[in-house]
Amino acid sequence: MRLAIIATLAAAAVAAGCATTPEEQAPARVEERAAKPAPVETKPIARVDLTSKPAAASPLKDPNNILSRRSIYYDYDKFDIKDEFRPLVEAHAKYLRENPGAKMLIQGNADERGSREYNLGLGQRRSDSVKRALTILGAKENQIESVSLGEEKPVCTEHAEDCWAKNRRGDMLYGGEY
Amino acid sequence: MQALLTRLRAFLGAVLLLVTQLAAAQLSIEITGAGAPRMPIAIAPFPGEAALGSGITSIVRADLERSGLFRGLEVPPLSPAPTEASTVNYAEWRSRLADALVLGSVAARPDGRYEVRFRLYDVVKQASLGGIAYTLSKEQVRASAHRIADFVYEKLTGEKGVFSTRIAYVVKRGNRFELQIADADGADEEAALVSFEPIISPAWSPDGRKLAYVSFENKKPVVYVHSLVDGKRNVIANFRGSNSAPAWSPDGRRLAVTLSREGGSQIFLLNADGSGLRRLTSSAAIDTEPRFSGDGQWIYFTSDRGGSPQIYRMPAAGGEPQRVTFEGSYNVTPRLSPDGKTLAYITLNEGKFQVALLDLSNRQVQIITDSDRDESPSFAPNGRMILLATVIDGRGVLSAVSSDGRVKQRLSVTAGDVREPAWGPFTE
Repeated sequence: MRLAIIATLAAAAVAAGCATTPEEQAPARVEERAAKPAPVETKPIARVDLTSKPAAASPLKDPNNILSRRSIYYDYDKFDIKDEFRPLVEAHAKYLRENPGAKMLIQGNADERGSREYNLGLGQRRSDSVKRALTILGAKENQIESVSLGEEKPVCTEHAEDCWAKNRRGDMLYGGEY
Repeated sequence: MQALLTRLRAFLGAVLLLVTQLAAAQLSIEITGAGAPRMPIAIAPFPGEAALGSGITSIVRADLERSGLFRGLEVPPLSPAPTEASTVNYAEWRSRLADALVLGSVAARPDGRYEVRFRLYDVVKQASLGGIAYTLSKEQVRASAHRIADFVYEKLTGEKGVFSTRIAYVVKRGNRFELQIADADGADEEAALVSFEPIISPAWSPDGRKLAYVSFENKKPVVYVHSLVDGKRNVIANFRGSNSAPAWSPDGRRLAVTLSREGGSQIFLLNADGSGLRRLTSSAAIDTEPRFSGDGQWIYFTSDRGGSPQIYRMPAAGGEPQRVTFEGSYNVTPRLSPDGKTLAYITLNEGKFQVALLDLSNRQVQIITDSDRDESPSFAPNGRMILLATVIDGRGVLSAVSSDGRVKQRLSVTAGDVREPAWGPFTE
């Protein structure tokens, strides 16, 4: 009884197969497919790229985010952070707090007047003051290295005050940016 | 000898404008300042010197003139050409107004090298002051000429000459920084290091074989010691933070450096291989630009612990600093003269950064330059001249001034900014 049912089902399957096969193997269709160039199939490889992060994904690169701003400017012979830069320092401190794996290099700069080595000291004072503010606001000491470029890397090279003001600067750089 | 020295002194007060210009080297030297008394010296062409290519006697003359102490006399071709072996006709040289005379000759040797012989004469006293013979290859003409000039200079002034010494400096060309080593006359410039990042504060080891300097190639200041013999570079100080301002102890075994590893800029001592770190200053101020005294007993340095940057000194083993400069609101970059009696530094004088000399025995201060953006003074090893960086017409140039302020020279390169000079030591 059971065998009879299986045999019947098998016969039905064979019948169904026979019903479709002749149509698919029709010579005309094969000819037609061969005459038309077959498109080369390219299956996209799922790629993981660690070197480029999508701009929109990083708040550090988003021009509308305060974190994209990295420079703090100073008055002549001064290293205290002016009030206008407080929100910027606070934003970066928050980012460092929330991203404990993030590392920051702060480069302090000075204008060109006077001794190169003493200016290196002035730039160091500026980067140290940014580091101190960030750690007071909760960033970890080991996330931040403060260094000085002194007067050696001016962004502005005219010998005048409005240029010097641009060079009295601290820059905050994250890992991968320097 | 004594008569010549007396004559030199007899010229004191005379002001002579020098118009000598040397343009042969990459670094060209122009004597720009009023001179000191200059002794007239005749250097007769050495028969046979044409075979050497570059004129050995003209290099000797240029060396001596650049010191500001000598005036080379034109010597027409003489027949027969006198040599160091000739009998000197003193009356004839007196009539040419020469106080001193150099005669010599060059001969080819069978081995392809050359032999140069020379003798120096005091024309006034009609006496030989001695001479030397050198063997040399064509490549050694400049070095030999500098040795002859050193001999003449020492015999006639009583001081060692510095014509055989070398200088280091940094040239910025476009976005390239080149640490260059050249003869004291700016010739035979050779780059020891070329980088896209700044190089500052070169300091010669006492034996003249190594340079310590600060390079920014790792995006922060790191101190290296660079062997000029084989080009090997060792990182001496690369601590967290900034590393800068290397200074050698006179025995070459230790370096003082400025580090920010413990916060601020403070002076530390290291062995010359980078081991044995020890902190020397502890202040909340910027303490930097350390410099050992020649006897190794003191370290002079810049500090703004008193509110403005001033020069202090402390025992080299560490200890209570004493303030050294008091006049003015900005005194930086201390450099001791080789005899330890004078301190050169940069002072801000009525808005101009200029080189000042402080006599450490009587506390007298003298400003010896008239430029306005002077940096990095560096004594010649005989103490006679000070090399410095300044800015002329918006370009960085080197300038040299005699320690009495009388002789001034300018050294510039085409299409580049020159800065950070360091005059090397005497070497054998």
